Formats: sequence, structure tokens, C-alpha cells
Amino acid sequence: MQPKLKVLSDVLVEQIIAEAMELLRDPGVRVHNDEALNLLADAGARIDQEKQVARISEGIVRSSLDTAPSEFYLYSVDGQPTVHYGGDSVQFDPGSAALAILDSRTQEQRTPVTGDFVNFVKLVEMLPQIDAQSTAMVCGDVPPEIGDWYRLYLALIYMRKPIVTGAFRKDTWWTMREMLLAVSGGSAALAAKPIAVFDVCPSPPLLWSDLTCQNLVDCARNNIPAELVSMPLAGATAPVTLAAAVIQHAAESLSGIVIGQLTRAGSPIVWGGSPAAFDMREGTTPMGDVGTWLIDCAYTQVGKALGLPTHAYLGMSDAKIVDAQCGLETAGGTLLAALAGVNMVSGAGMMDFESCQSLEKLVLDAEIIGMAKRLIGGIEAREQPIALTLMRQLGHRADYLSEAHTMKWFSKELYLPSQVIDRGSLDAWKRKGAKSAFERASERADQLVAKYSPSPISAELRSELRAIAQSAARQFGVENLPPLEGI
Amino acid sequence: MATANDLLAKIVESIVAGDPDLTVAMTEMALAAGVEPLAIIDHGLAPGMRIVGEKFSCGEYFIPHMIMSAKGMKRAMLLLEPELRARHQAVKSAGTIVIGTVRGDIHEIGKSLVATMLLSSGFEVHDLGVDVPVEKFIDTVKATGAGLLGLSSLLTTTMVMQKKVIEALEAEGLRGQVKVMVGGAPVSSRWAAEIGADGYAEDASGAVDLALRLSAPQ
Repeated sequence: MQPKLKVLSDVLVEQIIAEAMELLRDPGVRVHNDEALNLLADAGARIDQEKQVARISEGIVRSSLDTAPSEFYLYSVDGQPTVHYGGDSVQFDPGSAALAILDSRTQEQRTPVTGDFVNFVKLVEMLPQIDAQSTAMVCGDVPPEIGDWYRLYLALIYMRKPIVTGAFRKDTWWTMREMLLAVSGGSAALAAKPIAVFDVCPSPPLLWSDLTCQNLVDCARNNIPAELVSMPLAGATAPVTLAAAVIQHAAESLSGIVIGQLTRAGSPIVWGGSPAAFDMREGTTPMGDVGTWLIDCAYTQVGKALGLPTHAYLGMSDAKIVDAQCGLETAGGTLLAALAGVNMVSGAGMMDFESCQSLEKLVLDAEIIGMAKRLIGGIEAREQPIALTLMRQLGHRADYLSEAHTMKWFSKELYLPSQVIDRGSLDAWKRKGAKSAFERASERADQLVAKYSPSPISAELRSELRAIAQSAARQFGVENLPPLEGI
Repeated sequence: MATANDLLAKIVESIVAGDPDLTVAMTEMALAAGVEPLAIIDHGLAPGMRIVGEKFSCGEYFIPHMIMSAKGMKRAMLLLEPELRARHQAVKSAGTIVIGTVRGDIHEIGKSLVATMLLSSGFEVHDLGVDVPVEKFIDTVKATGAGLLGLSSLLTTTMVMQKKVIEALEAEGLRGQVKVMVGGAPVSSRWAAEIGADGYAEDASGAVDLALRLSAPQ
């Protein structure tokens, strides 16, 4: 039995959905995109062209919910189903689009460059607890205008696992698609076995900006999975009561489902988000806050009630260094995400809200994720009878270590952390240099990156990606992209 | 009937309590009782805001307190301004600042928080909102004669607009008149230096310190 957490009563879930539907009718949702407004108008929504507001009836929302798939898979670059969006599957990917990296030596934040992200992608490949890649950092050694697709380009060169990504502009989405098509071998292949999902983020409250709405429409039209990332900020851009923030999330997300399904019925779409409970002292968006976690768990429950795949930004920390706060906040969010049954949990490695990535934190977070996955593995009756035969055989002897039963089951029953988690004696710990978790994580990151085996894609394909990237870069006046090993 | 001092004390209390309706009612009563508008500001609204600021700094008060108190002060000032004008008087302002989130960027909270804190610190604030075109910044700086300009940007893709505004100030010959402050999640002191801004602050209270520093006589 998979242990599960529910934070809302069934009655409250129903009321949240009902009030969200009402919000879409009045005051409606702002849609700053003509293509989407036309789709909504054709479907019968009442459009205020001047204010760019669409008032959407419950009937339209319900028929969109009927066509939205309840599940789909993301595939690895070599064609294996790797991530299951649907049911209560729980998978993890790193937090995305960090503007800073925590430098391993100085433990200070700095702007990431190409080499940092390449190492990060390799590390994600080498950490079995992490299920998918993300375009985790924005590299500072290329101009900001090409920052979005440049991350995807680098990841595609080195990754095997599928990727969670997103575009910063309308036109660059097409560059990113071109790269995905090259790797998948055409649009039919990419639609049949998607290797990427695109985050599309409505702006609170109740707004689809032109950019993100176009990304959503383009994803749906091309049958590329889109992940709705609604981000009510309870107390600032959304009501402070948590249930009301969840209603705002539901209204924004339902409008996204409608726009996606009107563009193409049956296109894969995820009920995701990155809400936060506004910090009333600092004016920040704490990801390590219990209010934030409650909103995440609650909207996940709402998404499941609607029969949709789910996503959440959880398992991050607001700490500025990899310290006790960093560990406690990450563990809290990660364990709750697993218990809530979030299909894709984005956030590993991320700290300082959603602005800094750390390879060391990623290594430590992988252990938290391993434990969280073990937690929801629950407790099963492995044999029948469970204990009687074995315990009668051993009688009162405490000799289970030498039993075949132990050998057979220990690695399935127990989560076996890497040595980054210190469980030795005090003397042993001192003998090994009395190292902190950060130091151990840093060493492990180096070892894993060094052990990375080359990406599964061919040299020809790498050259093709390079050519696409070079040609796209030239449009922004960039003649030479930073060099990469091996290509 | 309440004395002037009682009424002023009540105004202070209403500001500290974050009760705008009460602040307005007390301000009206004070004016009706013949209390001078400048006295209402100097001995009512301003000391109230000072207490709120202190309570916020020491962690007793939270942002909603600040916002509600500032709202009371703003509404009271709307009553007092015509009275001041009639007397040919003016409030001593810490300086005039134009503030907004740059074109292409619709992030509001950080910018609004800075605007509120500046207002409660005695600045005359012209908040242009979000997605503000370069020309609007320029026109407002010209129209108000502001000595400070605050540019907010939350996206790496819109940060460059901060630079564009500074370039436009130079082209218009306004750069000598106005000090430029930049802020927002991706912005850093390094970026500020790179684009030729006069200062950067990483949060709202830092922005107030910076504004006070930049507007101090050199």
C-alpha cells in the first residue's frame, strides 16, 4: 500500500473546483494572446476584446477536462518509458532556470557558465534517484536572449533521461522544438515518445501573458506535453487563506487546460504549479514554508480529483548555503510531495528560493528523494507467512545477518544511502577527515561527474544539434558558442 | 471636545493600528478643530509611520501592517494637500522618485513594496506600475523633475530594458538630473555597475537606505 496524504476533505475539493469554475465565468481570465482568444470565442466563451478578458462557462471547462489525457509517459533519449505522468507515480527532477550556482570551492553564489551546466547534466544522469533532467541553469556566458534554448541544447548533448524545460520567448520555442525533433527523429516520433515537457506559467491573478499562452498553444498544436505552472502567492498576488489560494490556482490551471484542449483535443497537459505563501516579514516567496507545502499538496489533490497528471515545485530551500535550514526545508517538502503523490516534483538542487542551483545540494537531495521514494514504497507482506516460519526456525537466536532471508530482502526492504550520509562511528568519521555533509557531497559530485559515461546520441546528431544552435545563435549576433568537450 | 493634542495622538494611534478609516476620520476632525495641516503631518502621520517603521525593523510588525499604515497616510494626505496648497505650504519631501517595472515585465510586488516603503519614508513617489515603456519613464522624470528613478526587472530577458532606459536618459540630457536605482531578482550590483546605474539594493529596506543616500546633498 502506497502511503498517501490528503490535506482537503472531499467536500472542500468539490467547493474549490466549483468556486474556480465560477471565477472563470466572472471575472473571467485575462488572455493577452489573440490566437487563444479566438479559440475561446469560437468555443463560446464571452470575450471582452478591449480588456482581453475571456469569461468561460463551466460547460467549456468540463468538455476540456473530458478530452485532457489522464496519463502519458516521457521517454528517455534512447526510447525507454522513464517518467509516468499519471496515477500516484512520484518522480523527481531538478529545479529549473537558476540564475546562480553555488560555487563548490567558495560556497558563494556566482553566474553559471556552460561548463557548470554540463557538469550538472552529467551529475543528474549519474544520480539514480533523480528521474528526469531539467534546464536547471541559465548560463551567463551566452547572451540572455538565447538563454532558454541554449540550456536545452546543452542538456540534449549529454542527457539520456527526459527533460522538463520551458521557453523564455515565443520564437525560441521553435528553436527548442527543432532540437527535440532532431533528437527524436521527426514530429511523429516526438509526439509518440515525447522526451520533453514544457513549463507554461500563467501570471497571478488569472492572466495568460502573450508569451506563455503562445507557448501553451504551440505545445498543444504540436502534441508536445505542457506543464501548467500556476503560482499564486498567498497574501500578495492571491488571497492569504490557503483554500482561496488553491481556488485561484485551480481557476488559472483550468483556463490553461481549456486553452490547450481547444487548440488540440487530447494534447498532453499537466496540472502543475509553483505557489508560495508570501513571507510577511521579508516580502519573499519562501519555498521551504509549511503554508507553501500545504497549498502544493492541496492543489495536487484537486488535480487528482479532476483526473489529471500532476506536478509541483517542492523540495527546495530558501537557505543561502547548504546548511541545516537547507536540509530541513528540502526534506519537509520532498517527503510531503511523495506522500501527496505528485507525479513530477521539481526542485532538487535548488536553494535561495528558486534562484540558485548547487551540485552539492543535488547530491544530498538525491538521498532525501531516495528516502521519500522508499517511504511511499510502504510496508508489504514479502512472504506468507510474513515472519512465522523464519522466526520459528531461528528460535531465540539473534543471527539474522547470516540468513539467506536477509540476503534476499535487505536491499529491497531498506533504503541504502550513499556514503554522503554519515552513519559511521565518531572515530571513523574523524579518521576520514571529520568532513561536513557539504564536503562529502562535493567529493561525491566530483566522483560521479568523472564517472559519467558518454551520452547515447551519435556524433552526427551532436553535430546536427550544434549546427541548429549555431544558426539560431547567429540570429542574435552570436558567432561562436562556447566550445564543448567531444564535439 | 477633544484637544488638538488628543486628536494628534489619535492619528498616531490610528496609523500604528493600521486603520485607514480611523486615520481619515481623525484627520478630518483635526482639520475641523483648526489644527494646522503641517502639524497633522509632523505630529500625527509622520511619527505614526516612524513607529510603524521601527516595529517593522525589529520584527514585531509585518508587511501588511506597513501597507495598511501607508494606506492611511496616503488617504490623509489627499485631505491635507488642498489645505496645504490653500496656505501656500508644502511638505518637506525626502526627494521625488519615479518608479516602475520595465517594459515586457509584469512583476509588481517587489516594486510596489519599495514604492510603499519610500512613501512612508517621506519620498514623493510616482509609481508608473508594470510593463512601463522607456518613453513613459523619460516623460515622467521630465514632468516631475524627479531626482531619483527606480527600475525593477524580475526577468533575465527584461533586465536589458534597464540599460535602455539609462541610455534614453543620456540621449535626452537628463542623466545629470536623475540618479538611477535598479532592483529585481536577477539584478546584482555588478549588473548595476555594468549598465551605469547609480545603485542597487536587494530588498525594499535596502532600497530606502539607497534612496536616502542617493538623494542626500553630495
